[in-house]
Amino acid sequence: MTQPATAETPDQAVRKSITVEASREKAFEVFTTGMSRWWPLDTHHIGRSEPTEVVVEPRVGGRWFERAEDGSECEWGRVREYESPARLVFAWHLGPGWKYDPDPAMATEVEVLFIEEGPARTRVELEHRGFEVHGDRAEELRLPISQEGGWSGLLERFAESAQS
Amino acid sequence: MQALGDPTRLAVLEELRRGPRAVGEIAEGLPVSRPAVSQHLRVLKEAGLVTERRNGTRRIYRVDPRGLEELRTYFDSFWTDALDAFKEAAERDDKEEQ
Repeated sequence: MTQPATAETPDQAVRKSITVEASREKAFEVFTTGMSRWWPLDTHHIGRSEPTEVVVEPRVGGRWFERAEDGSECEWGRVREYESPARLVFAWHLGPGWKYDPDPAMATEVEVLFIEEGPARTRVELEHRGFEVHGDRAEELRLPISQEGGWSGLLERFAESAQS
Repeated sequence: MQALGDPTRLAVLEELRRGPRAVGEIAEGLPVSRPAVSQHLRVLKEAGLVTERRNGTRRIYRVDPRGLEELRTYFDSFWTDALDAFKEAAERDDKEEQ
């Protein structure tokens, strides 16, 4: 990331970078309002029923949640920063056991930067930090919600959709 | 995370998340045989999700408490896949508009 990690979390954040052949505006839009188009909802959701979409309310304080066909909603977190089309910060409120925890002190944080490299080329940098709030129970967070296929299944489905 | 690709195996792991258990105790709470539970435990152990310790003649199983590093690894893998899917979606979209 272009920003230094905070003093408390020098090594524990997850950092990712990917270059997308799309304008910065498009990349930002697909990441936020278009999240349903790429989020692996079948393996990563928290409601009992299979959700049909993931919603990011495009403003500071906006909700981040999944919505099922029957209209039920399960909250994942909040939008902490919303600087279209440059920067986003989410509070990820899913605690150990993938239960929603409304306590902001127990949320981890996801920051996403959209850096213009050309008219149709954008570098997207993501940092997910603050896992230490979960201490000893941290390992439980990693269990997938749905057992269908797990990670290998996700990769296979992604490969299929990329080739189609 | 192939080790979690089986509903019964995930149920075995769920049992262990409530606390350390012997094979028989795990089997009691599930509609599967003891040998089947042992088989699932073996896979979970090989995947590094569960540890085993001897207590007299019994073997007690528990969730491997590797904590933060595991969590990091999990999300590292998650975001790698998710961002690949995001890239594909954004590029498909951009092309359609041109």
